[in-house]
Amino acid sequence: MSALPAISLHNLTVSYRQHPALHHVSGHFAQGSLTAVIGPNGAGKSTLLKGIAGLVPLDRHARIERASELRMAYLPQHSELDRSFPLEVRDCVLMGLWTQTGAWGRVTPAMLARVDAALEAVGLQGFGHRPVGTLSSGQLQRTLFARLLVQDAQIILLDEPFNAVDSKTTASLLTLVQQWHRQGRTVVAVVHDDAQVRAHFPQTLLLARECIAWGATTEVLTHENLARARHMAALP
Amino acid sequence: MNVLPVLWDALLSPFVEFAFMRRALVATLALALSAAPLGVFLTLRRMSLLGDALSHAVLPGVAIGFMVSGLSLTAMAIGGVLAGMLVAGVAGAVSRFTTLKEDASLAAIYLVALALGVTLIAGHGTQLDLLHILFGSALGVDASGLLLVAGVATASVLALALMYRGLVLETFDPVFLSAHRSGVPPWMWQQGFLMLVVLNLVAGFQTLGTLMAVGLMMLPAVSARLWHDTLPAQLVNASAQAALAGVAGLLLSYHFDTPSGPTIIGCAGALYATSLLLAPGGWLPRWWATAHRVA
Repeated sequence: MSALPAISLHNLTVSYRQHPALHHVSGHFAQGSLTAVIGPNGAGKSTLLKGIAGLVPLDRHARIERASELRMAYLPQHSELDRSFPLEVRDCVLMGLWTQTGAWGRVTPAMLARVDAALEAVGLQGFGHRPVGTLSSGQLQRTLFARLLVQDAQIILLDEPFNAVDSKTTASLLTLVQQWHRQGRTVVAVVHDDAQVRAHFPQTLLLARECIAWGATTEVLTHENLARARHMAALP
Repeated sequence: MNVLPVLWDALLSPFVEFAFMRRALVATLALALSAAPLGVFLTLRRMSLLGDALSHAVLPGVAIGFMVSGLSLTAMAIGGVLAGMLVAGVAGAVSRFTTLKEDASLAAIYLVALALGVTLIAGHGTQLDLLHILFGSALGVDASGLLLVAGVATASVLALALMYRGLVLETFDPVFLSAHRSGVPPWMWQQGFLMLVVLNLVAGFQTLGTLMAVGLMMLPAVSARLWHDTLPAQLVNASAQAALAGVAGLLLSYHFDTPSGPTIIGCAGALYATSLLLAPGGWLPRWWATAHRVA
């Protein structure tokens, strides 16, 4: 690949209480690449994204470099939100502008227009004043994608974005991901469905606590690689 | 025709005739305005127990203030604030730097603090002092007590207004906030908020006592969540319920000669029970809805 790296990993190692969840991962995500992160359960996929997002401490020799001019957005796993929270959909999407408004900045009409446009883009026009508690899982995920749209980041990290949502929602969210790819944004997504990966993600990173294979999807998704990943994950 | 005089005697004359009732009323209303919204945030953050723990943690500090200078409000308030902030800081640090869940360590801390506080006060004062500190006396609020409550209420409402956006975001989606840092570091919201809780508990301790102060914070907050879907409405509702409980409690305690703090909390409890039954999120409307769907 000739493109500049958006994120470079150097010997990325993350441990939870001395147990390495991920070790010695090195490589880079090129700018404008669309990469699926796959692997068996406990392979360290989520940990990889959390490490890049700066949410977990790295081991001493590990280093992550990110092209400094690029803004990054991170969407955690679905289950981590309190669905009973008394918040309107519009305010939830407005959170995407946090880095611009800060705690005390004004919310301008232009910003509200961006929020409305984002809601329309995810198919939730007219939902602005609904409490998030009344949304279905799919609608909540659409709301969070609207928040990503508003964030307008050049690097987008998605942790299992299509889990717990229906196939129609998955299809329309995948369309958004494709759109981001065409716009030259760098997208890294943890995905479970191999067919989805083959159909929509040009690049793949196969993890099993360490990097098994990383490159073009067709070269990574081979029987040997997948068998090796399963074998590695089964080790204690 | 003679309804008006009865109403006058029951509702207004206690406040018109007695200065101590007026002071108690103002103190309770100020507390209702500032403490109840904090309670809503505590429940949203699933930290209901924390209010309890902090109210107990305040006690040894109050006791040390009491040992140093008797029933001096200033000394006891300062002692209470310091002790409460110490515990809030420790609890925050414990959950940030260890794998222990916050509530486990808090349960430990507040039992120890309660024992320590009661021992200290009992060793250096009378039973009456102990009762006074544990359960307060709204009717004994003097000018300096009023200043403390009013000052804390003002500062806390203003601070909450300043922190509102950050606190809401940090409560709803802490992961988002730590992944997209900008300006104030995320842990500051929680610590600032806990400081406000401590301040309000200390302000409430003379009116309601250390053990009862948390009641005016939590009970209206819990029932307010049954009434509304949006946060601003819940905050206003919580304050209104707390104020109503305050007025009703003071009047009942005046007419029936019951201790004021527990009576106020009892009224808040009655409002909670009513909300459980009648509020949109409560039992009757839900039962009504299912009954109609079946039919």
